[in-house]
Amino acid sequence: MLEVRHLSKRFRDIPALSDISLTVERGDVTAVIGPSGSGKTTLLRCMNFLETADSGELTFKGKTVDLHRVSRKDMAAIRRNTGFVFQSFNLFANKTALQNVTEGLTIVRHLNAETAKEIALHTLDRVGMRDRADHYPSQLSGGQQQRVAIARAMAANPDIIYFDEPTSSLDPELIGEVLSVMRDLASSGMTMLVVTHEMRFARDVSNHVIFMDAGRILEENDSSTFFASPRETRAQAFLNSLHNS
Amino acid sequence: MTERGMKACGLQPMTERLWGILIDSFPKILLPGLKMTLPLTVLAFSLAMCIAVVTALIQFARVRVLTPLARLYIWVIRGTPLLVQLFVVFYGLPSLGVVLDAFPAAVMVFAVNEGAYCAETLRGALESIPRGQMEAGYCVGMSYGQVMRRIVLPQALKAAFPALSNSLIAMVKNTSLAANITVMEMFMATQRIVARTYEPLALYLEVALIYLMFSTLLTWLQRWGERRLASKGGGAHA
Repeated sequence: MLEVRHLSKRFRDIPALSDISLTVERGDVTAVIGPSGSGKTTLLRCMNFLETADSGELTFKGKTVDLHRVSRKDMAAIRRNTGFVFQSFNLFANKTALQNVTEGLTIVRHLNAETAKEIALHTLDRVGMRDRADHYPSQLSGGQQQRVAIARAMAANPDIIYFDEPTSSLDPELIGEVLSVMRDLASSGMTMLVVTHEMRFARDVSNHVIFMDAGRILEENDSSTFFASPRETRAQAFLNSLHNS
Repeated sequence: MTERGMKACGLQPMTERLWGILIDSFPKILLPGLKMTLPLTVLAFSLAMCIAVVTALIQFARVRVLTPLARLYIWVIRGTPLLVQLFVVFYGLPSLGVVLDAFPAAVMVFAVNEGAYCAETLRGALESIPRGQMEAGYCVGMSYGQVMRRIVLPQALKAAFPALSNSLIAMVKNTSLAANITVMEMFMATQRIVARTYEPLALYLEVALIYLMFSTLLTWLQRWGERRLASKGGGAHA
């Protein structure tokens, strides 16, 4: 369903991503893991045009675009069919939880207000936030904000949702509620590409793992194979360092 | 203060004549206030806001060519006195063949002047809105214009509201400078009455009081506006 080929990106003189290629099939839950600064977040951001790649191609549902030079129309079409969940939630502060979800439905998809509200309430229900629909982001905890942000990404029924370290800025006791929402989403068949430091989530929920280091994909494997016996020594060392901490 | 002390300062004790002058002059000062000062302020400030929004957005989006022009505009306007700007336009431009009536000239100068200050206020407010919210907007498929109009600008205007109210109140008082280019506003009206009655202290205090009334009214309006904005959103501090 989605394929990235030869994606490269440098920040000034520092190569952030070198010749990244990957494939995601419908229904895949892919965990992108690796040490800090390995380029995981930049990869996701390039795939949704939040950063401009220096080179590379993206094939999405049969249509191929140049990641360095994408037309506004293609960019909008791809973004309309992908969801993005940020590390820092990034809810619209001037909108309620409900409005955060309806915004894309009414403004981008031109649904009428009633239909949008119905869909949004249903989606908020799925993340357990329906009773907070009228709260503003500043009135919600981090975990609640992230669940609303997930609802916002889900509402438009995208083909894939990108998660950029969705639990990294949460207090430890709030991580569980967000992971459980993501677990439900995965079991409902949603295609997900998840940058994460939550190894248990990666092991239990994802079926596919991409291990990155220094801007390259070092290993790409089935989740069970990867966690049982990683091929790469860097991956072994990375997993060991987590076990020992 | 003793009666002698008052005389030494050039003060006269309040007399019936003075009360008469004050009461008599009150409507004569207030009327130009309502007919000139207020329209001048409202018109000039509305225009200033338009100028400010455009200038701030140009800088925020770093539009090529226009951004340095916006900076130049702000630099020149903020770096020169308002009174001098009024004189340049009203007394200076006629020698280039540009002759403006006093009122439109004043509206123009006040708008252009205030626009520069408010543009900086707004630019700061725009830049205080976390970029992540813009990215989130793009990711649900919104265009730059939609993100600005629906997400960033409403929050920026709210954040800038107290500072912009400040500018509005400052402008009400600054309109007294328009007396210097023959606009018949409150201060000029007062000067004329002073010329007739020789009661400068009482009359200038009276006009000061009327300016204070106007400012107080605006301060209340500001409070009301802030309360309304606060009830309409969880705050820009999220």
